[in-house]
This record gives sequence, C-alpha cells and structure tokens, in this order.
Amino acid sequence: MLERQLFAVARNPVRTEPTGALVRSTAMEAVAPTVLALRGSHDRFAMRKQHAHLSDEALVALVARGDEPALGELYERVGRVAYGLALRVLRDERLAEDAVQEGFLAVWRTAAAFRAERAKASTWILTLVHRRAVDLVRREERRRAEPLPEDFSTRPGQSAEPTEEAAWLRYERERVQAALAKLPDTQREAIELAYYGGYSQSELAERLGVPLGTIKSRMFAGLARLRELLDESAQEGSWKPEFTS
Amino acid sequence: MEAGIHELTAAYALDALDAEERRAFEAHLATCESCQEELASFASTTEALAVAATGPAPRDDLRDRIVAAARAEPQVLVPFEPRRSRSIPLLAAVSAAAAVVALALGLWAVRLSGDLDEARSSLDVLADPDARTVALQAGRGRLVVDPDGRAVLVLNGLGRAPAGKTYEVWVVEGDVPAPAGLFPGSSGAELVDVEGTVDEGDVVAVTVEDAGGAEQPTPPLVVASEPV
Repeated sequence: MLERQLFAVARNPVRTEPTGALVRSTAMEAVAPTVLALRGSHDRFAMRKQHAHLSDEALVALVARGDEPALGELYERVGRVAYGLALRVLRDERLAEDAVQEGFLAVWRTAAAFRAERAKASTWILTLVHRRAVDLVRREERRRAEPLPEDFSTRPGQSAEPTEEAAWLRYERERVQAALAKLPDTQREAIELAYYGGYSQSELAERLGVPLGTIKSRMFAGLARLRELLDESAQEGSWKPEFTS
Repeated sequence: MEAGIHELTAAYALDALDAEERRAFEAHLATCESCQEELASFASTTEALAVAATGPAPRDDLRDRIVAAARAEPQVLVPFEPRRSRSIPLLAAVSAAAAVVALALGLWAVRLSGDLDEARSSLDVLADPDARTVALQAGRGRLVVDPDGRAVLVLNGLGRAPAGKTYEVWVVEGDVPAPAGLFPGSSGAELVDVEGTVDEGDVVAVTVEDAGGAEQPTPPLVVASEPV
C-alpha cells in the first residue's frame, strides 16, 4: 500500500507538470521572449511525453544505457522529495541542491548496478541522495550547533505546486508525524536526529550521554515500531486526525 | 559473527553509521540473508520518513543542471553508446514516411513498456553490463544485445501502427529473415523484446504488416539495426 502511494507521488508530476510547463513557457514568452528559453521548455515537454509511460525501473535501465531524458524524467518523479529530504538534513538550499545533484549523478554513473528485483528505483535514488546529504552535513560542523530541523513546510515553494501532489505530500507528512508521535520519546529522538539530523550513532551517544549500545537498541526498536505503525495506518487507507476528547 | 550486528540494519537504513562502520556492515550484509531481508523491510519506512520531510520545491533549473552534469560525466559500469543513431538518408526518409501515426489497435500486443512484471526480461538485458548497444541505421533508438544473444529494441517515437496493421520484428541472418515478434508501437519511448536470439552479424529490423503478422517481411524497413 505504501509502495503504491510512493509510486503515486512519484507519478503525480507526470500528469500535472505538462500543464505547468506550458504555463511557464507562456509566461516566459511574455516576460523575456528569448528563443532559447522557449525551445528549452518545448524540448523538455517533448522529452517528458516520450518517457511518461515507462516505469521508474525501466527508466533506470535506460539511464544505464546513457539515456539523458530518462534521467530527467526520474528527476521529475523523485527530485522533489529528494530535495525536500536533503534540505531537511542540510538546512541550506545550495548544499541541498548539491546533495540532490550528486545523488542523481550517482544514479547516472551506477544505474547498471541497480537490480529492480532487489529494490524500487525510488527507494534507491532517495537512499543515494540521503547518504550524500548526511555525508555533507557531517562536514558542516557549524550546522550542528543550530536548533533541530524546523518545519520547512510552512515556507512557500519557489514554483507553484501541483495541488494533487501537494495534498498527497501533506497527507503523508501528517501520517508519518502521527506515527512518530506514538513512539517513546527516546526512540523518536534517536530516529529524528539520525535521519533528519544526520548524526551518526556514535555522535548521538556522545550528544545524548548514553552508551552506544543503548542508541543502537533505540534506533532498532524505534524503526521496527515505526514500520508497524506505518503499515497499520497505510492499511487503514486514509489518515484521520486524532482528537483527544 | 559479532553479537548484535543484526541490530545495525536500523542504523544502516537511517544512514547513522560512520564511513568505517558502513563498510563493515556492508561486508556483513553481503553474506547475511536475514539482514538483507530486514533491511528491505525498512525500505518503505525510511522512504516514508523521506516523503514526510518534503518542503519547498527546488529551483526550476535543478533538473537541467543535473542532466547537463550527467552529460559531462562518464558512466563507469556500462559500455558507452552513440548519442545519436546514425541514419542512412534514403532509409531515414522511408522510415519517416512509414512511421506516420495512425489510430486504433488490436490486442495482440507484445509491447512491454511500462509494465514492470512483463518488462522483466527486457530490463534484465538492459541492466546487463556486458550487453552491447548497437546503433540503428533506420529508425530512432538502438538495439541492446546481451552475451546470450537476447536482444531488446529501444525505440523512440515510432508511433502506433496504422489500423489493421502491426509492427513485426525480424532477425535477419544473412539474407534470411525470421519473425521475432509483433508489437503495436507507441508514440513515446518503448522497449520491445526481440524473440529468439540474435547472433553476430545479424540485423534486427521492423516492418509494418497486416494484423496477425506475416511470414515474410514487407518493405520498407521502418527500423533496421547495424549488423550485430
């Protein structure tokens, strides 16, 4: 169920973006009618149309053969989530863009090693981007002193969001937050600091002043419980806010 | 086996290992089936955490920058391929005329694009690092052939076959064409399995035939590979 939902978000831009691309190209025409810009957006539209009906996994297989438009289409499907994740970890737009770009270049270079029977393409891409973001944040010591990730969701995006995609992302965010809220505090803290904060388990042990073994146990128990909670809420089919009295 | 190393699947899934721990765990992971399964079971969980982080959209030019950077970046694991298929002018003109799009199709599809389960075999070929890419002398796309001779046509914008017609794939050995499957065609990119095997020197070609296919190809060739 969750997989289907992730596929749904990955696919949403395919249905909604072409309209957006046309709107942008019209706006560009009005503001700055450069032939180059227009041709770029038309080419992009044409490319998207070409690849829109292929599965994520088929796109990765094409990327492995040097198909650049296939890489662009994968970005259209997964890039938005990848960027949001990198931004949450790095809290800096330029660094987040670097992490996304390097993650997708890793996709480009190593697509031939990807095996569809082992993982979904979207999982693999997000893993590559997340790992890159974590490696970057561990080098950026000054960020460590800053407060924990704030909710970026209240900030406006730079381009208009397709409504359906935005709604799905909001729903999914609330579903995950509800599940996280049900974890014991120590487990939630370990998961959030690790995944969104980029802390290694050793850094966490030091920061929280607890033995490394305790951190390992908290992360394992917390992630296993989160998996259960998310499976349950996915099976319920729709997330509903919980009211206490 | 180190006690408790299985517990590290969670830390690994969350990217909470430092570089050295990561390498050590990956070495363990390569041989530990239960950790592989555990890790796979966490995939949807970490993915949900990723989706939940979503905030503002990236700048519009990020996609183009990524594709431009990829263009300058070598791909280390797969053989390179020509960026554009070469085309013989006469054949190219013929194929452009023949590939004119029509509507309405029957249901004899051997078309594989878009469906993961059905497309498995063509994906296997495409994903094989030892598979070779062969340019087309007619049509847009390329042919990919693995060492066992299994082949996939990657076609761009052939278009749907006219009403009452089908595309038919041929493996031409010397002067002898053998039928190698039917497909309806699509206006986008598509993956078409070539039935049977392709040997060195063979040419893979596509013609338009009456629905149900033919025993012998009807000219012109709308797609033709270079000799494999």
